[in-house]
Amino acid sequence: MPLVEIKDLAKVFYRDSQRIPVFDGVNLEMEQGEFLSLMGPSGSGKSTLLHLLAGLDKPTAGRIVVGGADVTGMKRRQLAAWRAHHIGFVFQFYNLLPVLNAYQNVELPLLLTELTGRERREHVMTALGVVGLSDRAEHYPRQLSGGQEQRVGIARAIVSDPTILLADEPTGDLDAKSADEILTLLQRLNEEFNKTILMVTHDAHAAERAHAVMHLDKGVLSR
Amino acid sequence: MKIPIIYNIRSLKERPVSTLTTAAGMSLVVAVFVAMMALASGFHAALVKSGSPDNVLVLRKGANAEMYSGITRSTANTIAGMPFVARGADNQPLTSPEVFVVIGLNRLTGGLANLVVRGVSPRAMQVRRGIEIIDGRELRPGASEILVGEKIIDRFANTGIGETLSFGGRDWTVVGHFSAGGSAFESEIWAENEQVMPVFRGEVFQSVTFRMADPSSFDGIKQTLEDDPRLFLDVFRESEFYQNQSVILTQILNFIAVFIAGVMAIGAVFGAINTMYAAVASRAPEIAVLLTLGFKPGHVRSSFLIEAVFIALLGGILGCILALPINGLVTSTTNWNSFSEVAFAFRVTPNLLVSGLVFAVAMGFIGGFFPALKASRQPVVVALREA
Amino acid sequence: MKFMRLIWVNLLRNKRRTVLTALSVTVALFLFATLRSVVTALDAVSEVGSETRLITRSATGITFALPQSYFERLRAQEGVRSVSWANWFGGVYIDASNFFAQFAVDQESYLAMYPEMAIPEDQKQAFFRERTAALVGSGLMERFGWSLGQNITLQGTIFPGDWEFSIRAVYVPEDPSFGDQMFFFHYDNLYEGVNGNIMPGWYVVQLEDPAAAPTVINQIDRMFENSSNPTKTETERAFNAGFVTMWGNIGFLVRAIGTAVFFAILLVAANTMMMAGRERIGENAVLKVLGFQDGLLFRLVLVESVLITVLGGALGVFGSKLLFGPNNFVNAFIPGFEVEWSTVLLGLAMAVTLGVVSGIVPAWQAMRLPVIQALRRVA
Repeated sequence: MPLVEIKDLAKVFYRDSQRIPVFDGVNLEMEQGEFLSLMGPSGSGKSTLLHLLAGLDKPTAGRIVVGGADVTGMKRRQLAAWRAHHIGFVFQFYNLLPVLNAYQNVELPLLLTELTGRERREHVMTALGVVGLSDRAEHYPRQLSGGQEQRVGIARAIVSDPTILLADEPTGDLDAKSADEILTLLQRLNEEFNKTILMVTHDAHAAERAHAVMHLDKGVLSR
Repeated sequence: MKIPIIYNIRSLKERPVSTLTTAAGMSLVVAVFVAMMALASGFHAALVKSGSPDNVLVLRKGANAEMYSGITRSTANTIAGMPFVARGADNQPLTSPEVFVVIGLNRLTGGLANLVVRGVSPRAMQVRRGIEIIDGRELRPGASEILVGEKIIDRFANTGIGETLSFGGRDWTVVGHFSAGGSAFESEIWAENEQVMPVFRGEVFQSVTFRMADPSSFDGIKQTLEDDPRLFLDVFRESEFYQNQSVILTQILNFIAVFIAGVMAIGAVFGAINTMYAAVASRAPEIAVLLTLGFKPGHVRSSFLIEAVFIALLGGILGCILALPINGLVTSTTNWNSFSEVAFAFRVTPNLLVSGLVFAVAMGFIGGFFPALKASRQPVVVALREA
Repeated sequence: MKFMRLIWVNLLRNKRRTVLTALSVTVALFLFATLRSVVTALDAVSEVGSETRLITRSATGITFALPQSYFERLRAQEGVRSVSWANWFGGVYIDASNFFAQFAVDQESYLAMYPEMAIPEDQKQAFFRERTAALVGSGLMERFGWSLGQNITLQGTIFPGDWEFSIRAVYVPEDPSFGDQMFFFHYDNLYEGVNGNIMPGWYVVQLEDPAAAPTVINQIDRMFENSSNPTKTETERAFNAGFVTMWGNIGFLVRAIGTAVFFAILLVAANTMMMAGRERIGENAVLKVLGFQDGLLFRLVLVESVLITVLGGALGVFGSKLLFGPNNFVNAFIPGFEVEWSTVLLGLAMAVTLGVVSGIVPAWQAMRLPVIQALRRVA
């Protein structure tokens, strides 16, 4: 049984009673340990697909099952709890809390667990170690470079050991060198730690670092 | 080259919630300020209006208040015969030897109130200007009749015309209601002096009030009367006498008004500072553009100050409107000089409203000062980069 | 609570704004506590009067005296243990602005009835011995810098002339609400000074049993009803309460001002919380993506808001408690004026209410925040 199963997914936006279909009848299966990238022109619905997968938005029709759980059937409250355990989200603009240092930012998702302070500390330091920023734990976002910020963002995404990592243009705001580092890090997470990753990007070079590249265009998903 | 005010108005409109909450907070401060001052001003006015600068009030030496005083009939007659006492159309002296007693009457709302009963001479209405029978008729000499002040009517039983009030072991028929221009007399019951005298205190008046033939000669009159050892009198200009009775309480009330409004204002100013700093922060890019265009820091500063003052003025106007309805509201306190109740109306005067607005503007100015300073000192380059 | 740090750093994010908002709550609650203490002090004054003592005065009016013969007739009443009397003197010490209450009393019977005044025995005897002796409250001694044995002169207003007294005793009130600003001297002294031309201003009647008060009051007033000097008798507590109401409706005034203060500061605090809320739309969206529940975000914003108002409010009420503790400088004007613990608690409750009400809108907004749109704004 695949880890992620998307069946006949449809999403329609309404703006001023105008019907704007994004896609209709999208199907996708992802196996445990797979690293897929998703490309497509802007407005094609890449991010929307990611949001639906993370349970941030409701589809108009269709079903999403992740790790055996029916995401589309869950209520808001359940979704938040489910997301805390199963989804690691990486943003284009990192979205670190400026008032918290790297350590505290990474710790945030763990605050939602039953872990003790000591256990949280171990997890956070491990995550920071994986992204190579153990020595930057006390730094605040404004004291970090863009690449470092994104690595903190990734540490935050993996710290609770989620089922799947969703990355929305993770290199979109970075220079070539930093972008390469981030992609290498994602690859390593996939290879060494067997993380399942779905990465949205519009950079063909970045997309190629995945096992497979999918295209979403005019509502059609093709492999 | 000034930054147009329309620019501020537009920016206020962009943050309507923030602008309105800040202004509303200030409006409450101004409303409390105006209301408290109106209380003080109403009390002060009630007592000040009681006295006329043309009249002289005479008490026994050292008495300080009518209640404590005592003047014999012969002294009263001596005063009436003095040349400086004005005379009426019938060539009789305009003087009113008066009996002053304080009686206990039950309020309609419960509780005992102390009310002044003033036994006046038939000429009292001529000696004092501004006393007007608004209902009924004047006292008939020799009758057990009373006139009731306007402020008493609604608050005590048996004060309607034709009804009977009992005090001093006698029944008194209410024959009229009178007004006295909002003065403390409106909280009094008047009867004929010769009727009141035997009932209460025996052969003695408490005070003599007379009209001066020449008001400018008051100092001479005072000296003549006070220097006569047989008379043993203290002499006051009537207006000053009543004004002095109001001084302490008016001062206390004014102090309380300023203290309370002042403390509240600190809180409101802090709120204004928050609002203005937020305004400055959110408009950093615009400020940078203005500075780049060549506007001077001084222009930016005054622009933000004007904006803060404008918000405050809005609050001030709102506060004045909030305070207006209390104008004329009647409340009562005690004139501790006579232990008697004085009813008076809150007085929201134009002057008070202006002080309310000035108070508001001051709050706005203080609240806007540092944020405005910060805006004008903002480095252009940083601001532009953030934009 | 592990979320405390998150709340704390949010509070410190804009230190100036947080501090100013907290301080505005501070001044508001300082004002509230002070104003309420005026009311509680006046209430205490109304209640300090004993239920076991009655005051019998002239029914005609507060300034009218009663015949000396009433003393024996009151004493003969059933249920009456003892009787004393007093007069208001109303003298002026140097200047009319130095106001304080002066009473001519039948010294021995009067002091026997007022155990509330603690007086050293030797001073009490000295006060009894000398016709021109005076007994003075400790606060009044302090106010004018008087010392035991000093002679002072009062100018009579009701009773003309200069009156000289020697301070022979000082009393300290057992309960501050009783007042420490009073001045007592011998009724005999006054009587002789005016050549016997005076009668007792009012009588104080000590009851055998306070429960009998209504009966005794009725008896007394009925006894004199048809005389030329009818009486009005009430418990001392009711009599004192009547004096307090003479000031006017202070309770209403204080409530009205208190309400205005509350809402003025509520607006300040609410404005702050809304500004803070607007700034954090993006961050709250991110927290939601990380799995923060709606309810948790609601609570975080609310706790933050309550923290500001409670920290500020606590400073205000405890500040006023510190400033107006026992024996503060206002006691010279309002006996027993003190910020009570009930006022402190009420103030803290108000601070919590301020925080909850001012935080509820932004907390609600944070809870209902649509994540996708909010994220788009961040990006």
